[in-house]
Amino acid sequence: MSLLTYILGVPLLAALVLALVPRNFAVIMQAVAFLATLISAVLAVFLFAGFQTGAPGFQYEQQVPWVTALGITYHVGVDGINVGLILMGAIVAFAATCVSWEIKDRQKEFYILLLLMTGGILGAFASLDLFLFYFFHELALVATFIMIGVWGRGQDKNYAAFQITLYLSVGALLALLGLIALYVSSGANTFDLPKLMDQVRDHPIPQSAQRIMFPLLLFGFGILVSLWPFHTWAPLGYGSAPSATAMLHAGVLKKFGLYGLIRIALPLMPEAARQWMPVLAWLCLGNLVYCGWVAMRQKDLNWLAGYASVAHMGFVFLGIASLNLIGVTGAVLVMIAHGFLAALTFGLNGYLYQQTGTLQMDQLGGLLRRLPFIGALIMMAAFAGCGLPGFANFAGEVTVLFGAWQTSKLITVLACWGALIIGAVYMLRMVRTVLHGPLPEKWAKVADAPHLWRKLPFLLLLACLLVFGFGPRLLADKIAPSVRQSVLAPYLTTSGSASRAPAPPLPPPGERLALNSPLTVTR
Amino acid sequence: MNLALLAHEWLVIGLGLALLLADLWLPGTARKKLGCTAAAGLGVILVYSFVAFKLPPGGVGYAFNDVYVLDGLALFFKRFFLAAAIIVLIMSVEFSDRLGGGITEYYSLVLFALAGMLFASSANDFSLLFVSLELITVTFYILTSFQRGRLASLEAGVKYLVIGALSTGFTVFGIAMVSGISGTLNFGQLSAVAAQYSSNPLFQFGLVLILTGLGFKIAAFPFQIWAPDVYQGAPTPTTAFLAVGSKAAGFVLLLRVLFYAVPPVTAHWRDLLIVISGLTILYGNLCAIPQRNLKRLLAYSSIAHAGYLLLGIAALSLNGQAAILYYLSGYLFAVLGAFTVICLVMRQVESEDLSALAGLHQRSPLLAFTLTLAMVSLAGIPPLAGFFGKFLLLRSILEAAPAHPGYYCLAVTALVGVVISLYYYFGVIRAIYWPGEASDLTPIKPSLPLRFSLYACIAGMIGIGLFPAPIVHAAQTAAKFLKP
Repeated sequence: MSLLTYILGVPLLAALVLALVPRNFAVIMQAVAFLATLISAVLAVFLFAGFQTGAPGFQYEQQVPWVTALGITYHVGVDGINVGLILMGAIVAFAATCVSWEIKDRQKEFYILLLLMTGGILGAFASLDLFLFYFFHELALVATFIMIGVWGRGQDKNYAAFQITLYLSVGALLALLGLIALYVSSGANTFDLPKLMDQVRDHPIPQSAQRIMFPLLLFGFGILVSLWPFHTWAPLGYGSAPSATAMLHAGVLKKFGLYGLIRIALPLMPEAARQWMPVLAWLCLGNLVYCGWVAMRQKDLNWLAGYASVAHMGFVFLGIASLNLIGVTGAVLVMIAHGFLAALTFGLNGYLYQQTGTLQMDQLGGLLRRLPFIGALIMMAAFAGCGLPGFANFAGEVTVLFGAWQTSKLITVLACWGALIIGAVYMLRMVRTVLHGPLPEKWAKVADAPHLWRKLPFLLLLACLLVFGFGPRLLADKIAPSVRQSVLAPYLTTSGSASRAPAPPLPPPGERLALNSPLTVTR
Repeated sequence: MNLALLAHEWLVIGLGLALLLADLWLPGTARKKLGCTAAAGLGVILVYSFVAFKLPPGGVGYAFNDVYVLDGLALFFKRFFLAAAIIVLIMSVEFSDRLGGGITEYYSLVLFALAGMLFASSANDFSLLFVSLELITVTFYILTSFQRGRLASLEAGVKYLVIGALSTGFTVFGIAMVSGISGTLNFGQLSAVAAQYSSNPLFQFGLVLILTGLGFKIAAFPFQIWAPDVYQGAPTPTTAFLAVGSKAAGFVLLLRVLFYAVPPVTAHWRDLLIVISGLTILYGNLCAIPQRNLKRLLAYSSIAHAGYLLLGIAALSLNGQAAILYYLSGYLFAVLGAFTVICLVMRQVESEDLSALAGLHQRSPLLAFTLTLAMVSLAGIPPLAGFFGKFLLLRSILEAAPAHPGYYCLAVTALVGVVISLYYYFGVIRAIYWPGEASDLTPIKPSLPLRFSLYACIAGMIGIGLFPAPIVHAAQTAAKFLKP
């Protein structure tokens, strides 16, 4: 069995075990969840370390037939694109389990759902079968809905749970429609991604079919990633979700849509992608500038973090829209970096909420005096959010901007403004209001994280941000060859829309140069 | 003629008669248990059907001058109806003290309705179609109004009688026209001559009337009007059997008529089927939103599911027909699981309001879990059976889409319907788990047979969803028999 099967299987198995434990053994539940996510995270580190950089194709593959009549298999494997995402997902899941000590009621159900969500997320990123891919994602999504509805906070949690359920289901179903249409029109009678890619390389999907399917996938996946103007579920949902859920969803599960675009939509439908990418580039400005602007006006810390995470998704869309090696590699880097960052932010906000019972910024203030450790981390997360060099976000964002510059200079300039100026304004203002200034009387009893066990999840996430910030090559060297090989291959070998010719002509020298040069930059 | 072909029917009718006879000699207190005996008897028949019963050589056998056919499709549905009836009987044992007198008659009427469904699955002739349809409908008139002391039940019975009589009238009139023009009642002979009459307006009109009658059975728009009142008023086990058995019987007859008897005509009706399917989905889902009565909500949701099932018919393909069979299998466990829970929980509450579910997760985690799974499965969310069913239906629609752009609209309509349905299904789940003021927190202890059927429903929903391959295979094999 592949290591991947263990990574995603251990949390699912643990969920099954927990279902059998009587409900008054809360400590056992915590221990099982902790151990399961720890094992899965450690295995993910081994997976990442054992990954052979630059080797073609998929590694750690495993394929088991599931529904042979329809060509559905259990097929998992990693290449440079998802190996980092799986590492990130497993570490965030471990951190999310560590911060779940705040949950006091119905722990059994909570930990079962948390483990299901973890298994679903890791499964979605590991699967190389379109059906499996969607299946695991929905599994994680359902857990999210229930966790927000039952353990959410604030008065709006019912509304938030309903809104996020309906909104994300629309996105997921559109994507499902697109995936089934893709399956049908490819004519390969298989959901297996590598096979589909081979099939499409020899017999490209007709333009007319691409025209229908690509928007389905773009907007279906886009809704899942809070693409402007379909982003309104995100701040509300994250504002009401328990910390662990917000960490896992904003950090990892949300990247599913982006991963789907990169993994499925771009390589299989190159003609339609070329037509749609300029539209996406403009839409992502909505994320970067508009949502950043809205974030400045937020009064609630989690809403601010929610809008900030929506804004950061703009970078990934921008990278994807550039359709070149630097841009897409940068997009994957931002996905991983933002996963750690979003988890860190929502985890810290959850700690604050636990201590103060509110996240209204006008009621907080001066907390750095009471919370030297947590406060310092909040500040560092804010810096990472502004894209300060040294954090992984910087590496990703600057790569995306380099990539986007080759495609559209105007959009890149606007994006820089949105990212650097607006981002800095809301992040630094948040730091000032929450951490500096006079300490209100009522927060005199607020306590810092008492021991290593509480500090561990935050330290771990910060360490990851710094490690990949100082050594982005760890990721970029893995990502770039895979992006070139399995995402951008159709764009490198064909030019324009003349892809139906049996022997595609060589690309014009300018384009070839533009697409080939990035590797040297990322090295 | 080979009597062994009808083994299922003989055994079920024999069981029903034996039950009526046993009622004569048994003391009143023991009669309630007869339901369990009947369920066990059906269990034995089901096991026999899987283990010892073999299709005749060649896969198809005819009886009564080709009126009766036994093929893979018929066998698939026979097993389906047997499984449904077992759970319904166990439910009626729980319900028996609310039915008043004559409980044995109730059990045996369920068995006779089941016999009607078994015959329906084998109908190869308009005469058997009509007789089996009547056997089902007439027994359901009684089953619906069985709570003689309850006004709602009587009202439901009368409504079902009036509408049922109307639909029967349509069917008979349609059969008369079709046979008058083509000169045959037999599906096999009809399929040979259907092509030459396919543009004959009277022939088409007759078929439309037959479809109308079957449309009443499956509660498709615009013939759905009876469903909410009847579902709400009828005793819960009857409602469950209506929702699963009667609907599936309607579908097997539709499949036989449309795709075995008159495929040339069906091919002309693509637009009609697309429109009916889309409207049924929208009507059922939209009307379910404001419902507070759980049975009424499930009635509207069953209309919506008829719409989803019609997707498979509108696709006009083998994959679509196989998807219907798969979808019905998942639907069986979800709906019967939900009604079993309703039957237990709504014991004291006459109104069957959603608020009666408050605190259910404390009263009985098993019931809460079953109802949640049922709702999630009906909503079509993985990893449960409902998801894979909808997936197959959508696939069949999209496969047909290049031939007709209307299919894209239909697929989008189905998605809109699914999103709407999430709202009300999650409303039910919220009523169970979300903290609310529960008036009654006495624990509910289901009896052993009920626990068995609850576990069977859970296993069915999860098992068919996680391991769809065997049922998909069985459904595809069964659907192949529709090709003449």
